[in-house]
Amino acid sequence: MYGTRLRGLALTTFAVLTLTLVAVLFWAPNDATEGFLQKIFYVHVPLAIITLSGFIAAGVMAIQHLRTRDARWDVRSYVAIHISLIFGVGVLITGSIWAKGAWGHWWVWDEPTLVSFLLVMLLYATYQPLRFAIEDPERQARAASVFAITAGVFVPVCFTIVRLSTAYVHPRTLDNISGNLPGRMQVVFWMSIASISLLWLLLWRYEMASKHAFAQLRKLRMLLSEDDEDAGPIRRSAAPTMTSVGR
Amino acid sequence: MSTLRDGAGERTEAPAAASALRAPPSFRSVVAALLRKELLVELRTFESIPAMSLFSVTTYVLFHFGIQQDTVKGPLASGVLWVTLLFASVLGINRLFVADAEQGGFDGFLLSPADRSALLFAKALALFIYRVVLELVAVPAFALLLLGSSLAAAMPGLLVVLALGNLGVAAIGTLVGALAVRTRARDLLGPMLSLPLLVPVVIGCALSTTPLFSVPAGGLPLRWLLTLGLYDLVFAVIAFALFDFLLED
Repeated sequence: MYGTRLRGLALTTFAVLTLTLVAVLFWAPNDATEGFLQKIFYVHVPLAIITLSGFIAAGVMAIQHLRTRDARWDVRSYVAIHISLIFGVGVLITGSIWAKGAWGHWWVWDEPTLVSFLLVMLLYATYQPLRFAIEDPERQARAASVFAITAGVFVPVCFTIVRLSTAYVHPRTLDNISGNLPGRMQVVFWMSIASISLLWLLLWRYEMASKHAFAQLRKLRMLLSEDDEDAGPIRRSAAPTMTSVGR
Repeated sequence: MSTLRDGAGERTEAPAAASALRAPPSFRSVVAALLRKELLVELRTFESIPAMSLFSVTTYVLFHFGIQQDTVKGPLASGVLWVTLLFASVLGINRLFVADAEQGGFDGFLLSPADRSALLFAKALALFIYRVVLELVAVPAFALLLLGSSLAAAMPGLLVVLALGNLGVAAIGTLVGALAVRTRARDLLGPMLSLPLLVPVVIGCALSTTPLFSVPAGGLPLRWLLTLGLYDLVFAVIAFALFDFLLED
């Protein structure tokens, strides 16, 4: 179940990423006003879209966890939020670089998309501290799922509200994508969406496989030693382990 | 039970009385009882409301020195009022479930046959009432200490926005309070979780009241009231759907 076909996925991701990079650098036309700088768009925007989709997916996995009480869904939701958080830091950094280059400031407040993304990141930054502060694993998992669902709903709602509150400056990416992107740029944009999605999926599956392998190893050690202590203590961590799942 | 209470002579009525006793109490009566308990505890201990009110007045003084102005109007007035009310509310949110977690209130409630959502409703109502009492102190104090425009003229619109803001804080505060209370670092997690979730409420409230506090006073922007109302509704539904899972043990 875990770790199968990972090599195929890894090779595909690597191939698509390389192809996209080449297309971004050599095939996509330079932007008329921003020039080469505009190419950061192919990293920044897909990263942002995948990050937010990952948060929403984590909310759906959390719903599954509360419905089925299967701890594996909690682990899936945790890993999804974990990877989206890392991607999100990338979004903030690439966004700042782009803003500095295009508008001359590292941070621009009249940017609804920027501001709501920061709000979402600030909220999700409390996910791990929340888990860390609850000792009982089952209660931790339930609280984490409640958080993941609430925050998953917050993502689209927050974007709508912040966007309503400010004047438009930021290019509306998905609204009028066919309108403001010439053909070749559009193809490259969808290629980068595909490659970043694949990268997210690959990392998610790697992390799940690693968690599963860790749990299996621990179980084998415990079987061999017939003594809990020899398996080594579980580090105190915000991450759920699969030991209670016992697959 | 019923035989004990009714005495031996009335044993014929016992089965009916027993089934009446066994029928679960109505949702409304449970909420009323819980709310009564909540307010009684607050009246006896004065744990939340005095702290929240005092905090708001002190914050105005801090704002006066921080922004170095004697009076504020327009967006600045809106911002000072709503940020102060928000931070004062966070104090109440942090205390909301502490007595239940520490003194067995959760266990007692879970042992009773009452619907668990009743606790959410009662706590949210209590938080709403705390906010109203807080505003009874904080809004006049704001007008007295800082506001540069007329409060009387802004009052009708302000009441609507206050009510919508209270709803949002009550819904989100109750959910976050229940989420944070049984963690090790609840005093830290409460604000960390509730502040980002309440930013849209502050956006909506502040933008709604900016015209009211401007010097040629404007009307209430309906779009913002609608947005605020929708946000309140969404999170009230979320709190209602998820609260049960936080009570399980």
